[in-house]
Amino acid sequence: MDRNNRGKVGKDNVELDNNKNGDVCWWLLHKGLASFFLCISMFGLLVRWTVSLHSYSGAGNPPKFGDYEAQRHWMEITVNLPAQDWYINSTKNDLSYWGLDYPPLTAYQSYIHGLFLRFFDPESVTLFTSRGYESYTGKLLMRFTVLSSDLLIFFPSVLYFIHAYYDVHSRGRKADVAWHILLILINPCLVLIDHGHFQVIKLNSALLFKLSPLSFCFVNLMSTYFAPAFFSHLLGKCLRRKHPLLEISKLGLVVLGTFAMVWWPYLHSRDAALQVLSRLAPFERGIYEDYVANFWCTSSVLIKWKRLFPTQSLRLFSMVATILACLPSMIQQILAPSSKGFLYGLLNSSLSFYLFSFQVHEKSILLPLLPATLLAMEWPRPFKLLTHYALFSMFPLVCRDNLILPYIALYALCIFLYHPPGGRWDGAKRHHSTPLTLVSVLLTLAYLGSLVLHIVYLTVRPPERYPFLFEALIMLLSFSHFVLFAFHTNTKQWMLSGHLIGSDKGKKQH
Amino acid sequence: MASRQSMLQNHPEICRHLLWFFGVAACVKLLLIPSYHSTDFEVHRHWLALTRSLPLSQWYSDETSPWTLDYPPFFAYFEYFLSFFARLVDPQIVDVHQGLNYEADTVVYFQRISVIVSDLCLVYGIYRLTRKLEAKKRVAMWILVIWSPALVIVDHMHFQYNGFLLGLLMLSISYLQDGRDVMGGFLFAVLLCFKHLFAVAGPVYFVYLLRHYCRGGLLKGLGRLAAMGTVVVAVFAAAFGPFFYHGQIQQVISRMFPFGRGLCHAYWAPNFWVFYIILDKGLAFLLKKFGIDIPTPAASFTGGLVGDSSPFAVLPQVTPLSTLIMVLLALSPCLVKIWKNPHPGSVARWISYAYTCGFLFGWHVHEKASLHFVIPLAIVAVQSLEDAQHYFLLSIATCYSLFPLLYEAQEYPIKVVLLLLHSMLMWFGFSAKFSKKGSSSSSSRSGEEGEFVIGWGGKCYIIGIVIVETWGQLLHPYFLGDKLPFAPLLLISIYCGVEVVYSWVWQLKRIMAD
Repeated sequence: MDRNNRGKVGKDNVELDNNKNGDVCWWLLHKGLASFFLCISMFGLLVRWTVSLHSYSGAGNPPKFGDYEAQRHWMEITVNLPAQDWYINSTKNDLSYWGLDYPPLTAYQSYIHGLFLRFFDPESVTLFTSRGYESYTGKLLMRFTVLSSDLLIFFPSVLYFIHAYYDVHSRGRKADVAWHILLILINPCLVLIDHGHFQVIKLNSALLFKLSPLSFCFVNLMSTYFAPAFFSHLLGKCLRRKHPLLEISKLGLVVLGTFAMVWWPYLHSRDAALQVLSRLAPFERGIYEDYVANFWCTSSVLIKWKRLFPTQSLRLFSMVATILACLPSMIQQILAPSSKGFLYGLLNSSLSFYLFSFQVHEKSILLPLLPATLLAMEWPRPFKLLTHYALFSMFPLVCRDNLILPYIALYALCIFLYHPPGGRWDGAKRHHSTPLTLVSVLLTLAYLGSLVLHIVYLTVRPPERYPFLFEALIMLLSFSHFVLFAFHTNTKQWMLSGHLIGSDKGKKQH
Repeated sequence: MASRQSMLQNHPEICRHLLWFFGVAACVKLLLIPSYHSTDFEVHRHWLALTRSLPLSQWYSDETSPWTLDYPPFFAYFEYFLSFFARLVDPQIVDVHQGLNYEADTVVYFQRISVIVSDLCLVYGIYRLTRKLEAKKRVAMWILVIWSPALVIVDHMHFQYNGFLLGLLMLSISYLQDGRDVMGGFLFAVLLCFKHLFAVAGPVYFVYLLRHYCRGGLLKGLGRLAAMGTVVVAVFAAAFGPFFYHGQIQQVISRMFPFGRGLCHAYWAPNFWVFYIILDKGLAFLLKKFGIDIPTPAASFTGGLVGDSSPFAVLPQVTPLSTLIMVLLALSPCLVKIWKNPHPGSVARWISYAYTCGFLFGWHVHEKASLHFVIPLAIVAVQSLEDAQHYFLLSIATCYSLFPLLYEAQEYPIKVVLLLLHSMLMWFGFSAKFSKKGSSSSSSRSGEEGEFVIGWGGKCYIIGIVIVETWGQLLHPYFLGDKLPFAPLLLISIYCGVEVVYSWVWQLKRIMAD
């Protein structure tokens, strides 16, 4: 797509939103979508940097500190040691102190950031002595690495995605496109975790937007959460072509090639590769930790998994459950691949991994949340509910990190931004009132309950017998909504193919 | 048709829209709570403690802290009111001795949130001013004031209570524009008793009220003059009365007007005196080159007046009295205009002009005082294309002049992004109002039509800002290291001073042409 076309997304396909009845947001859009995107990007930058002013994970908390220290340590290791030694336990690289447990691409990213840190503040990444290093400059530099990754990778990918998505679905109105941009860029969970708690945006989140075999490889290496979706979609596409076997082998070659390129330092021996793999899948840590809103942790209230079964069996259970959960979505994509279906596939596979996988962290809700944001225009209200519960499920983590103020501020900001005064962003008043069904009443009650639980968690002391009562309640509420959401999205994905199969029956692309 | 429709829009909806603007800004301000705050934070905390813990008679004479009360009594009463809540949150805040330099989370949250809440006064003032305007003008003004980056930088980071004081000023202007002169005068008197710095616009108010309100024959005019006078005196009595009673009035006056300070603040505000000083230094340098012996001045610009010695080597000395005379001189053409034709629609323009003169020629002016003329000028900015174009550059220049207030590294991206974002939003707002396809039939009066574009002069000026900033942040440390540390700040002062002087001349021309 050449640059000239990029700005035309709004003008060619959609009519100019000429709202004269005083709706507040038309003035943002009248200069075109490119200007709007720039404006929202700057606002997104502002929000991100102001959140960065606040505390981070493990601040002032020896001996282990938190994710901030982990990221800093990875920079220290990657800058000071050769690539082959990054995953190997040695005197210089003590794996029990925040050893690298992400695939090599993250390690390369840490390396680049480490070089940047070493240039401005060498003390922050010197081997050994920089452990637990916390300073004003150090914090600034670390925050800057996160922000720069966001700016350089995430923002352009969003622009590309919007361009691709709205070119295909040309019915989109300018205001809809604008709102979608806003939803993706000012995603409260992402901002809070990346710029508050501290996490460098994983390349996978951004590369999601590129629908190509190449990104499959990168994503596969970064996170298995999206692998089934990529696999099934690409397989489905290959099968529809004239020479399926040729296409599959081409795909296989590209995957293997990229894989080899990224894993090059570790392919010289079987041991090295296995060592990396064992770091990526820390099975010794148990099926769940803390209180994450997934199946194993929630059901452990009734069935004490850790006590009943050994880790080996639990590994098997979780693998089977995960595969079963993402099977429907995979099958749908193999049978009837489409770009929208692919997005649903991403959502469903990541959601099933979140719900059933081994050793899931609370922050992993970000992974399903991202494709959900990409699809937000399909179902705005369930999406808002999902965002609420994603934030809610992370609330105990937020409290531990002293990030309650940014949590409240971001939440309030998103309520304001998602509900501009004119109603929707295009000024159209809601023509129908929500039907008062049992489901909507229950959902509203649950929502109010979750709001109350926020306050209770902060102010009331839990009873002695159940010190984690409130965490468990939060977990329960969030899990139930995630499951409902999973059903909803799976159904939607199958409904997609319902009319697609009908129209494409017997037609094969050449 | 479109504008009539928008005029008929009901007030609750306007309120909702305005509160939405306020809400978005408030969220960003909440996120800014842990940012850098200056010693003004401790000043206000100490005043909370002072007014809560000590009796009235000691408010202006207490010496526990170097941050003595130097605002008029209404502000002291305001701090007293806040201190009720402060004591509920954390009693140590209001302890005069234990609370000194108290930096705990409670006091930071309390003070920051009090500033955010007090901004509601500004919101109300803007509401009154904009409720009858057409939608595009209204939205443009909201962007200019509610989302003003200068206010965020000064009030919510550096820490001050300008939002609510400017709200009182805006309310006063709105009443004057509605023709309700007594209320306007009353609110201005109240404002003066909150912060006497606003008295620069006093002559404008006096002449305007005299000509506009006190008319209708000799008897009626005198009657009205008496009425207005009574109101003003009553306000001052309410403020200063208790201090007269305690015999403290001398002390209060001396605290309010500390003339021991120098012509310029430590960081030179971008006003006329910067050029005067540069001229003096330049002349001294030139004369020395030509062999004429010039004694080096004993006094400095920022220090106090040292007896009779002047900090100026060549040019005549400047005293507080001479600055006052200069301000009045600069104001006089405007006052003549008001005398001839006291028209309510131009009140905002005259008041902004008064504060511009005060900023340009005043004694010991802080760069923060630029808020006093930039915010009221927003009322004028939406009225015509030339006003909008003038305001665009002025707003950027004055916001940029505030950058040195936030000198720590972590605030640097915030202030830059705030300025960039606001410039973009201003451009959106003004373009929406002033565009060829957007103009409706009612705005086809001359001056409102035409595309909102920045001319070559404006574009060069903005590029110049980028150059000045690059020099200050990158090139100066690289080439000169630690030498001449004041040079980048001086450059900023001069560069913004150029725009402020230009704005003063432009405003004067506009007023005379009206």
